[in-house]
Amino acid sequence: MRRYGLAAGQTWVMLGAVVIAALWIGDAAWHATLAQNPFGAPRAVPDQQIGGIIGWLLAKQSEFYRAMSATIRAAKSDGSAVWTLLGISFAYGVFHAAGPGHGKAVISSYLVANEETARRGIVLSFASALAQALVAVLIVGIGAWLLNVTAKTMCGAERGIEIVSYALIAAFGAGLVWSKGGGFFRAIRNASAKPAPQLTPAMAAPADRHGETAHAHDHDHHGHAHAFTHEHRHATHEHHDHHHHGHHHHDEHCGHSHGPEPGELAGPGGWARGIGAVLTVGIRPCSGAILVLVFALAQGLFWAGVAATFVMGLGTAITVAAIATLAVSAKGLARRMAAGREGGGALAMRGLEFAAAGLLLLLGVGLLLGYVATERVTCF
Amino acid sequence: MRRLGQTLLMIAMLVAGTTVASAHPHVWVKSASELVYAADGTITGVRHSWTFDDMFSAYALQGIETKTKGVYTREELAPLAQTNVESLKEFGFFTFAKADGRKQRFVQPVDYYLEYKDAALVLHFLLPFKTPFKTQQLSLEIFDPSYFVDFQLQEKEPIKLVGAPAACAIAIERPTDGAASAKKLGEDNFLDGSNANFGAMFANKITVNCP
Repeated sequence: MRRYGLAAGQTWVMLGAVVIAALWIGDAAWHATLAQNPFGAPRAVPDQQIGGIIGWLLAKQSEFYRAMSATIRAAKSDGSAVWTLLGISFAYGVFHAAGPGHGKAVISSYLVANEETARRGIVLSFASALAQALVAVLIVGIGAWLLNVTAKTMCGAERGIEIVSYALIAAFGAGLVWSKGGGFFRAIRNASAKPAPQLTPAMAAPADRHGETAHAHDHDHHGHAHAFTHEHRHATHEHHDHHHHGHHHHDEHCGHSHGPEPGELAGPGGWARGIGAVLTVGIRPCSGAILVLVFALAQGLFWAGVAATFVMGLGTAITVAAIATLAVSAKGLARRMAAGREGGGALAMRGLEFAAAGLLLLLGVGLLLGYVATERVTCF
Repeated sequence: MRRLGQTLLMIAMLVAGTTVASAHPHVWVKSASELVYAADGTITGVRHSWTFDDMFSAYALQGIETKTKGVYTREELAPLAQTNVESLKEFGFFTFAKADGRKQRFVQPVDYYLEYKDAALVLHFLLPFKTPFKTQQLSLEIFDPSYFVDFQLQEKEPIKLVGAPAACAIAIERPTDGAASAKKLGEDNFLDGSNANFGAMFANKITVNCP
């Protein structure tokens, strides 16, 4: 009975987490809606986010950002100002990434949804931030420098890229939801259908599980992630697992296997998966970088703008990597806590992964439909 | 159980927290406006002169062909001015008016043009009210609710009354930043630091009372 209590309790916790996440998105959507209909905007509504860390971060960002144009101007006559520019750009990158934005959302959701290592999280963060910088340089380099198109044309291109990037987020989220959904619903079934686990061999309800889910396992195995496979009940059933290996190939992926093995996860297939995350994030440049690049070009210091953009990307990468590491460690902690908990713990973990995947899908769809706003493209 | 729950919640917040839409300003505008009255005392529109910051000005001028390098005539800037006013429509021209508490709508801007001086673009446009009206109290707010654009009222005479009854009085409320960390960056920069969704807190409010 205690087990049922646990599972139910954890289900509630998960539900709570999902609700909080939904509210958070809803809140953002609500504000975005207000932004489009400012007549309805409430005035002087107290908000907890104002001031505090986020307020400070935004203040710092503004400060560094504004300092950039003055420094680029200064660099025209005084070459040493370029070093100041790089310093400011780096700081701006660090602070800019610490604020909310789609890049961090994609990377951290991806990491939580999958069984990832911190090292991979860091590499993904750097790769995506540098890709983002590269795209910004390419847009301005080709658009403004080579073709000398107008800001209007460039912003049209940015909008196109933006839509592609939102669609990618949604597709990426949908893919994760698809692959995580199986694990989650299996975990629900396991948690609710199984009697006291200590007495139950792993194959206790084989007909049910195998009959219905074999196909899904197989798919998961080849497509995405061993991710949701790895932890519960392994302590008691390891031998069992091995025993059945030949017959029930897919069982390894349905909750019977060992903890994740970093080597396996970081293998070639694993990295290929990560490229999806990098592309999804990297394809959309940040508006600030575009403005800085065009401004630098207008001052005849395009190279300084390019250097600033990459240094900015470096700063961004450091912050995103820190957030990614935090996400991975927090999940590791949750996994260790859940490990001793039999089905309920596994359910919580699968639920967490499923929720992270769902969040990503919601974010992508929300961005596509305009319910969630990110940093605006500068198109006036 | 509780610790696991807390950890899961923490992760959920970590992930969800990163998705909140937010931005810091990328464009700065110094605003000066005129409130236009008809002979009979009805208010017909708002005429804005918005000076953009140098970074955005350079961005907006990208790719615009000129006869003389670095000199932009009103004619050369006409297509850009057109783009500007068309784009601003989506944001309600960042101008929100209420007469005795009732919101007033605008129609398409007229008399719009850009000039380029001191490395900055200045956008001029007249925003006519859909229905001209008489009112005892007009409130006019100029701000971007998403705080992508930071509006500051010009230091001196940010609003002029053109043809208003003599008894009308102007009150101006400049934004005060709620964030404790607010810093004054430039002489006109009051708005540094904020939450993107709460541009409304940084609104510039102009009230005109005509008893």
